Amino acid sequence: MDTQKIKSDLPTRISYVILGYSNFARGQRMKGILWFLGELLYILFMIFLGIPALGGLITLGENEQGWVYDEALGINVRTEGDNSMLLLLYGVAVIMITAAFVFYYLAAQKSAREAQAEEERGRRLPGFREDMHSLLDKKFYITLLAIPVIGVVLFTILPLVYMVLISFTNYDSDHQPPGKLFDWVGFDNFSSMLFEGGTLSRSFFPILAWTLVWAVLATATSYIFGVLTAILINKKGIKFKPLWRTILITTIAIPQFVSLLIMRNMLNDYGAINELLLKFGIISERIGFLSDSTLAKITVLVVNLWVGIPYTMLITTGILLNIPQEQYEAATVDGASKFTMFRKITLPQILFVTTPYLITQFIGNINNFNIIYLLTDGGPLNSSYYYAGSTDLLVTWLYKLTANQRDYNIASTIGILVFIISAVISLLTYTRSKSYKEEGGYQ
Amino acid sequence: MSAKAKRRLGLAGSYAILVVLSVVWLFPVLWVVLTSLREEKGSFVPNFFPEGYTFDNYIELFSDTSVFSFGQWFANTLIVSIASCALTTFIIISTAYVMSRMRFSMRKSMMKLALILGLFPGFMSMIAVYFVLKSVGLTQSLLALVLVYSAGGGLQFYISKGFFDTIPYAMDEAAMIDGATKAQIFTKITLPLSKPIIVYTILTTFMAPWMDFIFARVIMGDNYSKYTVAVGLYTMLSREFIDIYFTRFAAGAVCIAIPITLLFISLQKYYVEGITGGSVKG
Repeated sequence: MDTQKIKSDLPTRISYVILGYSNFARGQRMKGILWFLGELLYILFMIFLGIPALGGLITLGENEQGWVYDEALGINVRTEGDNSMLLLLYGVAVIMITAAFVFYYLAAQKSAREAQAEEERGRRLPGFREDMHSLLDKKFYITLLAIPVIGVVLFTILPLVYMVLISFTNYDSDHQPPGKLFDWVGFDNFSSMLFEGGTLSRSFFPILAWTLVWAVLATATSYIFGVLTAILINKKGIKFKPLWRTILITTIAIPQFVSLLIMRNMLNDYGAINELLLKFGIISERIGFLSDSTLAKITVLVVNLWVGIPYTMLITTGILLNIPQEQYEAATVDGASKFTMFRKITLPQILFVTTPYLITQFIGNINNFNIIYLLTDGGPLNSSYYYAGSTDLLVTWLYKLTANQRDYNIASTIGILVFIISAVISLLTYTRSKSYKEEGGYQ
Repeated sequence: MSAKAKRRLGLAGSYAILVVLSVVWLFPVLWVVLTSLREEKGSFVPNFFPEGYTFDNYIELFSDTSVFSFGQWFANTLIVSIASCALTTFIIISTAYVMSRMRFSMRKSMMKLALILGLFPGFMSMIAVYFVLKSVGLTQSLLALVLVYSAGGGLQFYISKGFFDTIPYAMDEAAMIDGATKAQIFTKITLPLSKPIIVYTILTTFMAPWMDFIFARVIMGDNYSKYTVAVGLYTMLSREFIDIYFTRFAAGAVCIAIPITLLFISLQKYYVEGITGGSVKG
């Protein structure tokens, strides 16, 4: 039914202003009243809370907290200033409520046109009870999605919009509400990060380079070795296959903050590994696995294998078991060598299935917080960087700036740049991958 | 060398590699178990094997509540993980079902939005989530943790959706002809057929609160009694506590790693089906 083409009659037009009137006038009393109540609530909300909050969003507060001379008392009294942080938060909330209302309004218009269309066709309009029932049937998606959407809006979208806006302010360690105000600064954070050549850009570009190098190497090594391990375990003649797999996947089950903190302790200059090596006379000087900047980078890559191989191994095992044996038998009859079979049958299948996995792994590694944070904490500290160390990735740098430095504006700027990088990479790779193109026909 | 001998040699080599891998993989596990039984305190000791063995670390972990109360943390984590597991599983499974089985105008854009939101680094909005919770007075409560862990579920539906896509749509159609509503199809047909993916979702969502040491710390601040085990154990390793608490940390690590590992190994089959099923069939 194409409701767009119907010429709106009077009740439908009144619905432009008074939501639900079209439903109400045509007998869907309850529905009409509910549409209107929603509109009323929004208008009242805007008058009493929304519009003042929008004003605060523009100024971000004007009165700083401070001491003012009170003539009646004859002393200085502390005055509560504006809190830029809260003003921005409320402002964002109002914008999101307004956006939600736009959807509400459009849905109400659709409902108004539908009611008109049904009436013109001479059909009886569904009563309130039937409408409710359709929430379990045709409109079941609304019932199921209500909670997830609320959750995502409140705890993902709202905070994200807030942080994106923060990157256009000077909300850093010197401008912390409620003591101080912060204000809009336009693109200043981005330009000092990317173009001005100060400490920030001298930190950003090397850290970005290491992040990309890390992501490529970490993804490639754990992928290759994971595939090899899976092939090794699945080899004909190897016994106790489940046992070997189980040993490897204990790494997935043990919380990373346990296993990686243990590794950190073991790899310390005075940790178990150095002690063991010294004792057996293999080395005469302690090795700075985590304290030498080059060695630390190698160490995190190696330890990442410990975490990454089991995942790839699991996925590849699933694929290997799914390849029909007849293909190999046919190839053997044709006299193909083992290597040819691997290259022509096994590998293409693995690559086809794991391409999306590889991309998610790569993006995941760009944002691989745990390994770096738990193992080296970004260290050893690099004094030419802005509060960052040699093994810091953009995401751990972002975390440190948030948790330790409270330079929220810079942290948000980094977050946005990471998003842009990840988005470009996934768009370029994902849309070109074979599995994406073939999946197109599936949907 | 005969072909048979060659094959034997190859197998021996493979076994050798597997044994080496197993040793490397289990080495840290062995070491943490040894540390948890170590008599002498301190984080760095010159020996791999302890000089004396004791169960005191385990006993003190639960009995000494002067600074930290591990038993309380364990209870907190259990409550949070059960609640958030129930809520998150419900959210993920229903979103996945809707995206796989129902057609409505916003579907495609919602799926794209979920992908896009996933590209932002999670820690970027950490502090804003804290501000949101603070503005409604919910910080330092277990409820806040449950909300934070569950709320993201609406974005993690892709794997389960991939699974639902493999259930033939003809079954839905047959049920519709018999007059079943969508809600009935969901509960009576799709869910019973989806045991692997449901177990997988329950498993991963149940494990998450035991592993997160960042969000819980941000939300709980310095309120030790509301910590989860992950934050608590992590705090034991901060500079002022590490010398006394390192062996207890190891004991605590063993205490939570063993149940999780056993749970994981017993449900391994579903985990493998979950990740491969989701990715193999797209």
